[in-house]
Amino acid sequence: MTTTHLPIDLDTTQLLPAAAGGWDSVVKDVSSDQRVFKDVPWGKPMMWIFLLSDTFIFGTFLISYMTVRSSTTVPWPNPSEVFGLQVFGQSVPLLLIAIMTFVLISSSGTMALAVNFGYRRDRETTFWLLLATAALGATFVGMQAFEWTKLIMEGVRPWGNPWGAHQFGACFFMITGFHGTHVTIGVIFLSIVATKVRRGDLDHQRPGFLTGRKGNYEIVEIMGLYWHFVDLVWVFIFAFFYLW
Amino acid sequence: MEYAEHLDALPPSREEPPAATTKGHQQHPLGIYFKIWGLLFVLSTASYLVDYFHFQGMLRWTLIIVFMLLKAGLIVAVFMHMVWERLALLYAIIVPPLLLVTLIGIGVLEAGYTFSARETFFAPPPPPAEKPAAH
Repeated sequence: MTTTHLPIDLDTTQLLPAAAGGWDSVVKDVSSDQRVFKDVPWGKPMMWIFLLSDTFIFGTFLISYMTVRSSTTVPWPNPSEVFGLQVFGQSVPLLLIAIMTFVLISSSGTMALAVNFGYRRDRETTFWLLLATAALGATFVGMQAFEWTKLIMEGVRPWGNPWGAHQFGACFFMITGFHGTHVTIGVIFLSIVATKVRRGDLDHQRPGFLTGRKGNYEIVEIMGLYWHFVDLVWVFIFAFFYLW
Repeated sequence: MEYAEHLDALPPSREEPPAATTKGHQQHPLGIYFKIWGLLFVLSTASYLVDYFHFQGMLRWTLIIVFMLLKAGLIVAVFMHMVWERLALLYAIIVPPLLLVTLIGIGVLEAGYTFSARETFFAPPPPPAEKPAAH
């Protein structure tokens, strides 16, 4: 890949055109007629606003987890041991979670590349990158299913577990379950977008299934926003639930 | 871009389209994505090693939070293209989640009160080896 060595222009007025506009540009945007975010395709702010509401949902989950964990007088189960794996007779702490983290980050990387190749109108590469993203996402969900099975076999329930505070199970199933649902929905949507790209729906501006609007490569970027958000949420779950 | 004709009709001095984007499309050199991808791997490994080497106390929490915020920042800024978006969009999305800080404060107060009430009115904390009924 010779493209990996392209120089990055670090001129901030180029790199951060919005910042160059400063506060003035914000005032102009917000007080403007008809449209707030000038030149931004409408789908992007819509997805961002959805992600903002999702931020509050996950934020509420993590904060309630913090509240129950710091209000219990019973010791919290040690995640490092609970999520450890036996490899060749040796116990490695958090191994599965570490692998899941790398799988999800890799899927974010392929997604970012897919958006880039989409705007280059490189149909074939975009399709394969989207498919790789979906496959990595499915791998993640599979590993999560394995983890749930393992914990349920060991006796973890939403109302109790063998190692300590009863609240552990409720928090674990709620937070990782909701995140896993997001990943699953993401995999389904990635497959749909990948199919549209492969069929050439976006090149030929065919309208989508539920809309009369013409198809274009912005939907790949919008799909990307959702997928990166799923990765973003995992960063916080990894830090607060597994490492804390 | 149904309203593109509208925008083009405006005097050219009104709104300069951002240099790095054409009509709201985000297109940047591939290299930056590979660099951020690599950095995310490094930061994830680093936060895993914090657990692996059993760092405890302030050092642990500081490292975990710093790595977490760096990763989150890189994902939002580059992968989600936030550094190249209009400042108005950035503020509209980044500022509201800061309200969650209030909820964290409320949660901390509530948890502290519940904890002290449990210590005061319930039996003293049971020994760590306690085995509650699992099912």
